[in-house]
Amino acid sequence: MKALNRREVVASLLKRRDGLLVVAGLGAPAWDCAAAGDHPFTFPLWGAMGSACMIGLGLALAQPGRRVLVVTGDGEMLMGLGSLATIGAQRPGNLAVVVLDNERYGETGMQKTHTAYGTDLAAVARACGFATARIIRRNAEVSDVRSGIYRGKGPLFFQVKVKADALPLVLPPRDGADLKHRFREALLGAQ
Amino acid sequence: MRGRTSKTRPVEVIDWPAAIHSALKSQRVRQVSYVPDAGHKRLIELCHADQSMTVVPLTTEEEGIGLAAGAWLGGERAALLMQSSGVGNCANALTLAATCAFPLLMLVTMRGEAGERNPWQVPMGQATPEALRLSGVRTLRLGRAEEASAVANSAAKVAFEEQSAVALLISQQLIGVKSFEEKR
Repeated sequence: MKALNRREVVASLLKRRDGLLVVAGLGAPAWDCAAAGDHPFTFPLWGAMGSACMIGLGLALAQPGRRVLVVTGDGEMLMGLGSLATIGAQRPGNLAVVVLDNERYGETGMQKTHTAYGTDLAAVARACGFATARIIRRNAEVSDVRSGIYRGKGPLFFQVKVKADALPLVLPPRDGADLKHRFREALLGAQ
Repeated sequence: MRGRTSKTRPVEVIDWPAAIHSALKSQRVRQVSYVPDAGHKRLIELCHADQSMTVVPLTTEEEGIGLAAGAWLGGERAALLMQSSGVGNCANALTLAATCAFPLLMLVTMRGEAGERNPWQVPMGQATPEALRLSGVRTLRLGRAEEASAVANSAAKVAFEEQSAVALLISQQLIGVKSFEEKR
């Protein structure tokens, strides 16, 4: 079966995003989110690998009235696997995690990740108590992911199998302090 | 013994974990995450019992750095409780505090100090202040129970008003030494 195009998946998840708060994991997921359009409600990571889900959890707990989406990669998710257990213990209803799984470390030479050897991240998330945890392989299922992110009962986890393409870099801003300020100002008003 | 009056004045034991809890409360800390330590037992219980706090048990200490960053993005203040052995788990995640100037309040109970009975606790305990400094985290020291309120409040102010990373190191002398004797 042909894997999905990561840019198209992210673009369809982030179009008409309204008040959706997004944390983008380092590397290709951050570029994918940037390609979908820079936005003050996107906080892209350039480092701190393994932290994306936990940033999403802190944000979801602080903003229970908003929907929060973490978009990250399989390598980043594997480094923070314990965070799935931590999220499972909290069960925030407003948090969704989308892992763009190309089964590769895309930024470092396309080495295989553990998902290439069979690690089933969705099964891990399910075992940790996520309300929904699915592997997504077909374009027709992307609308399920979208409705889950915006309306589903969380925490939700979608492991989206994507092609291992090296796509053109579309870089988000990289000044972390500025990214933080603009996010908070857009969300909370002038501080 | 009941009924007997003592002529010596009773030594007042200061409930320093309660003083830290009050400081966190007055500094409007809403998310408290932890990997447990015996030295944090009472503070963890106080936070769990506090309806104004969301308490998040972690699988590893570095998770708390991300949690605190996300909380701040969402307009809440967080504190992270750990033992000194956990500081070593935090190094790369502390990038978040250093590059984005996220406020970070770490409360670290020390091992590997005076009286330590477990030599495996010594290397990380001894390296803790320097490891934090190298990662861009300021350190403050709490050694005496009567200072707990003032020091915890000032640590929180460093974190949230100066938007910087600070670790309050709680001396092993204050916590007491783990004995490794059988409990009776």
